[in-house]
Amino acid sequence: MLAAKSISASELMQAFVARTTAVEGRVHAFNSRDEVGALGLAAASDARRAAGQARGPLDGIPIGFKDVIAVEGQPLTASSKMLANFISPYDATVTTKLKAAGAIPWGRLNLDEFAMGSSTENSAFGATANPWDLTRVPGGSSGGSAAAVAAGEMPVALGSDTGGSIRQPAAFCGLVGLKPTYGLVSRYGLAAFASSLDQIGTLTRTVGDAAQLLQVVAGHDSRDSTSLSTVIPDYSAALQKKSRPWRIGVPKEFFGPGLDAEIGAAVQQALAFYRSAGAEIREVSLPLTAEYAIAVYYLIATAEASSNLARYDGIRYGHRTRVATGAISIYAQSRAEGFGEEVKRRIILGTHVLSSGYYDAYYLRAQKVRTLIRGEFMRVFQDCDVMLSPTTPTAAFKLGEKSSDPLAMYLNDIYTIGVNLAGLPGISLPCGFTAGGLPIGLQIIGQPFGEAEMLTIAHTYEQGHSWHTKYPNL
Amino acid sequence: MNSSAEINIEYVARLARLALTATEQAKLSQQLGDILHYVDKLKQVEVAGIEPMAHGLPVFNVWAADVVVAGLSVEEALRNAPEQRADSIVVPKVVE
Repeated sequence: MLAAKSISASELMQAFVARTTAVEGRVHAFNSRDEVGALGLAAASDARRAAGQARGPLDGIPIGFKDVIAVEGQPLTASSKMLANFISPYDATVTTKLKAAGAIPWGRLNLDEFAMGSSTENSAFGATANPWDLTRVPGGSSGGSAAAVAAGEMPVALGSDTGGSIRQPAAFCGLVGLKPTYGLVSRYGLAAFASSLDQIGTLTRTVGDAAQLLQVVAGHDSRDSTSLSTVIPDYSAALQKKSRPWRIGVPKEFFGPGLDAEIGAAVQQALAFYRSAGAEIREVSLPLTAEYAIAVYYLIATAEASSNLARYDGIRYGHRTRVATGAISIYAQSRAEGFGEEVKRRIILGTHVLSSGYYDAYYLRAQKVRTLIRGEFMRVFQDCDVMLSPTTPTAAFKLGEKSSDPLAMYLNDIYTIGVNLAGLPGISLPCGFTAGGLPIGLQIIGQPFGEAEMLTIAHTYEQGHSWHTKYPNL
Repeated sequence: MNSSAEINIEYVARLARLALTATEQAKLSQQLGDILHYVDKLKQVEVAGIEPMAHGLPVFNVWAADVVVAGLSVEEALRNAPEQRADSIVVPKVVE
């Protein structure tokens, strides 16, 4: 539409500002936003297009940032009191790339504090509501990103996914959520939670939008030593290709007890669709993942978090207590005041499992089981192109329903977490609604750096269905 | 493996430089006890001879060219400091 000049970037930006003003009071997806700045960038985009110097398909497109991804000069709070007044001194690499493509940073989006949670209820600035049912959670931790796109406050947003934090909110909000292979997208400028699991990805309405955004943000970055040099294919072009008949693996353990019947039925229908499209559906088995992935994850993720969050000490940046005066007591008291309950819980657990006498039994053992889990995925991929499963065992739950029971909240991540442990790409896309009108997510798990094929398979489903054209009544 | 009941919250909180109230300690003891009980199931897995995995990529060492690049200015670096004076961050005295 922008390229055809049927709408200007300024008109588009004004429409999103107006929509946000209308619905944000009910959704609370944003932590902060800069309307004047965004409108200024939209005007600049229009000027480029008028001069024949548009920078490509993203020029003039507003994009939201989960409030853990740095945009120079804008706040970065991680939805924590610890960083309530922090202003990013530089751009994340993904931000640099998106700005160069002409995209317009539109707002800082709410999350579970430091991305720790599955409901966005752990935010120091209040919970975000699910646009499909305001009494329910949008999922998390990228709940603000998902809710903002679902509510029509922006067309696309960035999130981060450590154990399902993009795919689960995408499922709960009826969106496409893409978590790339570990190492495909630079983490430079992403506030670290669990460095061996974190990956930046996208929340969009369509698979095509996800492909276009990934095209811009993917690629090696010397400022992230875990970013890999790999050839970046043309993802959008790949969507149109007809490849050989796909072999789709279906992990039988992901359809066991605990899976809501309506979700199971919707995913079975998706499998029937692929079968009729010529795909070969194979039952596969991921027994170790199903049984042990959550335990492994909560040992490794909390261990890494306790180490990463040691930097918040009240000295160089972030919250500093006014009560304490000694060096050690300033650390301990600043952290006590700055961190919320879930963050404290994970720091304590992570410190414990790394501490002398427990390291081998917990952390080292978890790393070894992680090796076995990755091996299990890779063995299945010898005979399958992708795997397919539900994204979540249930649809969006009620606000407050699980917030008092951390373990119950953790168990909700059962189908997504193995993907992060193995470093694989995953995508969630809408595959139906419950009788109560809540979106259902279908997860496709790809091979390492197999985004092009994974996106193509997702796109094929999307072309045969209309779930992605439904909007919530807000 | 030590019993999960052995988590000493007060000791771990000191290691983590995190001040916790008595109420927080009591609540965390119970919650982390449940979580540690849950993760104890990893004891069932045979891991003899298995290498630990630090992350999902077969990348083991990465060198960067030793080239000077621009960093933050003093002003930018201090912008988020809780307290500053004379191009420095103000901290409590740690040496008597």
